[in-house]
Amino acid sequence: MPTSPASSKGLDWRPAASLEVLRLRARLLQRTRAFFDARGLLEVETPQLSTAAATDLHLESLVAQRPAGPRLGWLHTSPEFPMKRLLAAGAGDIWQLARVFRGAESGRRHNPEFSLLEWYRVGWNAGALMDEVEEFLQAVGNGGEIPSSARRLSYREAFLAYAGFDPFTADTYAIGRALVEHGVSMPDGLGDDRAACLDLALATLVEPALDPRQPTFIHDFPASHAALARIRPGDPPVAERFELFLGGMELANGFHELTDAAEQAIRFEADLAARRELGLVEPPMDRRLVAAMAHGLPGCAGVALGFDRLVMILAGASHIDEVLAFPWGRC
Amino acid sequence: MATYSTNEFKSGLKILLDGDPCVILENEFVKPGKGQAFNRVRIRNLKSGRVNEKTFKSNESVESADVMDTDMQYLYYDGEFWHFMVPDTFEQHAADAKVVAEAKDWLKEQDLCQVTLWNGQPLLVAPPNFVELKIVETDPGIRGDTATGGQKPAKLETGAVVRVPLFIEEGEVIRVDTRTGAYVSRVK
Repeated sequence: MPTSPASSKGLDWRPAASLEVLRLRARLLQRTRAFFDARGLLEVETPQLSTAAATDLHLESLVAQRPAGPRLGWLHTSPEFPMKRLLAAGAGDIWQLARVFRGAESGRRHNPEFSLLEWYRVGWNAGALMDEVEEFLQAVGNGGEIPSSARRLSYREAFLAYAGFDPFTADTYAIGRALVEHGVSMPDGLGDDRAACLDLALATLVEPALDPRQPTFIHDFPASHAALARIRPGDPPVAERFELFLGGMELANGFHELTDAAEQAIRFEADLAARRELGLVEPPMDRRLVAAMAHGLPGCAGVALGFDRLVMILAGASHIDEVLAFPWGRC
Repeated sequence: MATYSTNEFKSGLKILLDGDPCVILENEFVKPGKGQAFNRVRIRNLKSGRVNEKTFKSNESVESADVMDTDMQYLYYDGEFWHFMVPDTFEQHAADAKVVAEAKDWLKEQDLCQVTLWNGQPLLVAPPNFVELKIVETDPGIRGDTATGGQKPAKLETGAVVRVPLFIEEGEVIRVDTRTGAYVSRVK
């Protein structure tokens, strides 16, 4: 039966973002390209579809399946693994604006498909890369919206100042008490998941307390939050990871990258074991990344920045839908 | 028992928490980068009317509350229960004072109200937004005084007391906004 125009009536076919915001997006993209071009980084493109996927406990990779056949692969949650394979192959400094997918992420600041700006600097550490992220914001901002000097706080300083406890020593009971004192109820089933308690405190106590107009880096995370960052030995050891907050949101996440192939394989295995315990899907780990690292990943720092959120900040938007032509729900 | 995942949370969704039916007023998805995701919701307990904040780990499931809003006609009060009827089916429900609560001051026989049913039992009664009721007691009207803006109390046939302009007389029918208890106009 042919589709009648009547059955399409009332469908929200129009873009969610205004044409003005779409023009701002296009200008931001041009400035981004100019910024990296002027600094000699190579723009690269890597696949969205892969036979391997992220193992992170809290990332849900979507599956691509043939309509009447087997699974073809996984949609990437970030272009990190293939970009590191390029680094191991000697590509030097690289950048890319990638469309990535994360299932079950939807809200005021989340869309399941979004744009991630990711770049790597060979031979750099986290501090140098934070400087460059600041310079990037200055270069692409329309002028004036983003203060020129960013604030830097260690994870411990931020929690002591805004959550009222030491994230390296407090037990789950003390974290729970701090949350409840600030009017945040403890979810059922959080139990002894200390890392998740810290995540909740970061999102509900620290993040809202930061000045939304002031770019703020939080760095030196607990080892439990290392993800793919190097761990600097010490007492306590800290992960050389940073996050940038602006506009009341997390805007970027960077690492002094782990380069040790054996350690990488151990972290993948640990993720998968944790997934098994929770009854979650266990996606295939990226063995090609481990092989590339065994060949030799140069020392480097890398950062991923939420491009849509940057547009939100520059456009003064409060919902991610306002900066996407067609957010999920209109596609 | 039907359940909702936190992914399906949105305002208006009715869920069961600690055995009580609740409605979600606001839902916010929060997720620190690479960390555990949470849904922070503001909920109203439909039994107590209290509003609370509650945090869920994302992807958890919550039981749905079998709560339904139905338009019903108010029939009569028997001294203990207020009786309502679904006009199409003639199905009748009796609600006690706790359920009817403040709505009882506005209930006039035959008026259509919204009755919220939980597992088939009345949970809440909302009167129509506007009702037309007769004044049974007020000071004598000051004829012609439509300009000074003065007001006086007036008792309505249902027992509610509202403030009305000075020119309104006993025995007149007036229109009242039940959400604010404010006088709207005279009904000829």
